[in-house]
Amino acid sequence: MEQSRIRNFSIIAHIDHGKSTLADRILELTDTVTGRDMRAQVLDSMELERERGITIKAQAVRVTWKGHELNLIDTPGHVDFTYEVSRSLQACEGALLVVDAAQGIEAQTVANAYLAIENDLEIVPVVNKIDLPQADPDATAAEIADLVGDTPDHVLRISAKTGDGVAEVLDAIVERIPSPTGDPQAPPRALIFDSSYDQYRGVVAFVRVVDGSFEAREPLRAMAQGTRFESEEVGFFSPTMRAAESLGAGEVGYVITGLKDVSRLRVGDTLTSERTPAAQPLPGYKDVKPMVFAGLFPTDSDEYPDLRDALERLKLNDAALFYEPETSQALGFGFRCGFLGLLHMEIVRERLEREFDLDLIVTAPNVAYRVLTKAGEEVEVHNPSEMPREVERVEEPYIKASIIVPKGYVGQVMELNTERRGRFDHMEYLSEERVLLVYELPLAEIVLDYYDQLKSRTRGYASFDYDVIDFREGKLERVDVLIAGEPVDALSLIVHRDGAYARGRMLVDRLREEIPRQFFDVAVQAAIGSRVIARETIKAKRKDVLAKCYGGDISRKRKLLEQQKKGKKRMKQVGSVEVPQEAFLAVLNLDGSKK
Amino acid sequence: MSARHLYVHLPFCASRCGYCDFVTVVGQDGRHAAYVDALLVELALEGDILAPRLESVFLGGGTPTLTEPRSLERLLRALPPAEEVTVEANPETVTPAVAALLREGGVTRVSLGAQSFQPRLLEVLERRARPDDVRRAFAILREADFDNLSLDLIYGIPGQSAADLDADLSEALALEPEHVSAYELEAKPGTRFTHAHGEELARQADAMESYFERVVAGLTEAGYRWYETANFCRASERDLRSQHNLAYWRGWDYLGLGIGAVSTIAGRRWRTTPRLGRYLASLQAGERPQRELEELPPPVRDSERVLLGLRLDEPLSLAGLGDAVDAAAVERLERLGLIARKGSSLTLTERGRFLGGGVTAELLA
Repeated sequence: MEQSRIRNFSIIAHIDHGKSTLADRILELTDTVTGRDMRAQVLDSMELERERGITIKAQAVRVTWKGHELNLIDTPGHVDFTYEVSRSLQACEGALLVVDAAQGIEAQTVANAYLAIENDLEIVPVVNKIDLPQADPDATAAEIADLVGDTPDHVLRISAKTGDGVAEVLDAIVERIPSPTGDPQAPPRALIFDSSYDQYRGVVAFVRVVDGSFEAREPLRAMAQGTRFESEEVGFFSPTMRAAESLGAGEVGYVITGLKDVSRLRVGDTLTSERTPAAQPLPGYKDVKPMVFAGLFPTDSDEYPDLRDALERLKLNDAALFYEPETSQALGFGFRCGFLGLLHMEIVRERLEREFDLDLIVTAPNVAYRVLTKAGEEVEVHNPSEMPREVERVEEPYIKASIIVPKGYVGQVMELNTERRGRFDHMEYLSEERVLLVYELPLAEIVLDYYDQLKSRTRGYASFDYDVIDFREGKLERVDVLIAGEPVDALSLIVHRDGAYARGRMLVDRLREEIPRQFFDVAVQAAIGSRVIARETIKAKRKDVLAKCYGGDISRKRKLLEQQKKGKKRMKQVGSVEVPQEAFLAVLNLDGSKK
Repeated sequence: MSARHLYVHLPFCASRCGYCDFVTVVGQDGRHAAYVDALLVELALEGDILAPRLESVFLGGGTPTLTEPRSLERLLRALPPAEEVTVEANPETVTPAVAALLREGGVTRVSLGAQSFQPRLLEVLERRARPDDVRRAFAILREADFDNLSLDLIYGIPGQSAADLDADLSEALALEPEHVSAYELEAKPGTRFTHAHGEELARQADAMESYFERVVAGLTEAGYRWYETANFCRASERDLRSQHNLAYWRGWDYLGLGIGAVSTIAGRRWRTTPRLGRYLASLQAGERPQRELEELPPPVRDSERVLLGLRLDEPLSLAGLGDAVDAAAVERLERLGLIARKGSSLTLTERGRFLGGGVTAELLA
């Protein structure tokens, strides 16, 4: 297809603002799917695809509208994947910015809209759900116009649910979004904006061809990583997989690589031909590094091999997931896992528990630290118990956080951010009622219960998004917990000096409540190096007997002791102290549940 | 296969005490005779299990001394003779006539359920006897020449202060019983008693932690031997330990008769139906009553030997019990000063005895 007749776009919307419904209407209206095939939310329906024996989720769908080829590119839906979103956006020339007429703009919408603007995308603003009784299309249109620097009358007003206005959206895509401008004669270059793993076909790369063209059975190379392979097939989704002879400049589609490992093909990398390789890769590739780390341990140590297999399988489809074996004296064998952010962590954990039926203990998450040791060595630390005790300097990741709240809650949000070592950047009124607050915060301050706190202090009205900006030096201390003099690796923390004492106290108090009394006095301490900052003693038990035991009671007493014995087996041994797993859980949940 | 210890359950009570978890029957006065008839049929059916000469017979309840006197007399006469014959009695049921009946029936030992000497606490326990009843019962039994009397005490009663406990101990000691059983009150979850007093008990838990130590100190200082977790006997030339209960703790075989009674014979344990009507009907038809049977394979028997044996103050020989005990735990507990080893036998140290339940759980392999 001539580049002048191609339009590549994505849809930017907050969850529930109607992205999937709009995508469905577009597929319907362009006859990509017939009414009979139409199942609600085709693009999102992994289950539907599974029924058809396809395990690859369509990341881009090609539709035809009035003689034009339109490629709708899906973007990952949440904050941890900012980089992936930015790659998806880079594959487009324009984006629909969809906002719910009843809800207005959310923090995520703003973040992604800015991302689109930074990528020089033409933005087509759309107010959706105008059919809702509580809809306020005029106010919402004004908000969007203000956000993207457009005029309110330029904002489309639709109802994806009823189909009202969707044809106009398609027309606007053709009219307003520029066509691609690559060089069809140049050595081929394609941007990998997503990838997926299929057990039969290996890694499937989703690409946007910029220059030249790509064919099947062609030796290819990923320029940044240097991975070489031969394309097995090229094609596009419409809405199911369709093989094509070639993918030309400006087009969007897939390349089946036959590779067995997604990590060999990273999002953002540039594909080129081995025969006529391009001189320069496309700009913008970043080696995405996990920022949030946590230990994952099976509750039942027999499930360790199952956890390993499950992580291996998840990793096939999730190049951003990092894991390595970890042994904790308190929690046994498990893995230290790295995630892009908290939501990524939640998704992985949920999938492990739901899809793989595993029962997990997840340690309190921490961020990645850059440490300069006294010996002048630079190391990255992913686990508080690995933090060297003698350090010259510690740097921690900082984020830029965007928070949108009704103006009545600005004070509460500022208070929370101050508690969390936040630095105020600026504030904007998005409308008379709604305020955007921008702060810089240490990532470590949000990985625990920041989001819950934000929600509860604003009665659920706040929306929140963030992006990691850089690493900065902080006055950070490693706090260790000692039970009967033995350090408990799983409970070590890295905290800011100002909060160390309070955190140590909280940990020690909680452990005193949770650890059952033993046959001897047990000291529970929190310490920075050799300096004890909090201490409690769990007094020894003074009695533990079954009061009476005669001929009629023996079986029952025996069973009671067997139970007690079984209970002991579930305990984790810390030195000579038996600590129930629940105690670790309670402490690990410290911030999540009690405060 | 012959047991030298016989237990007979007499379930009848005038009323049920809130904390009690034994099989009891209230308000069936008309059935005492029929019940004793049934016991005697059961005895005849199981007779060949018993050794020709018994070491102990124990009549427990319920309130054995509430049993209608002629029936009780008939039962005592029909039971095989034994060196020790114990009957449990509630103080308010003890009259000179009952004492004489017991004496003539061959009873050698009476165990009196005093529980406490504080009227307030007796009320909490829903006991009918008053403190004076205990003293009077004691005098009557002494008058009838009983030279082996045991008193039951309960501690950890809701509202019981340390001073209350000390008072109970000195009241009990003043009566100079040969034997004292002192039990911590067990408030079992879900019972009426726990429902009524659970909160109070939880509030007092810390304060009551020392009561066990107080009981042991009070009795041992008065010259009693702490020979089993909850049992004490006067140090004397005579062996004043409960010979019947020793049989349980040593893992010896015993036959139990009556509703809810448990027997353990040659690696099998069974419990007779706790339902009076069914029990009577079966035996009236000359058949064995319904039973719940439990096989005790050798490892289970070994575990029981350990858990029972460690309740006593005499060393437990581990000969043949090696597999039931976790060797690493033995080392650990010895280091903590909770057990002591001598050759191939094991004893709990004094602190070990206070923690006997937990120690045993840890010791068992």
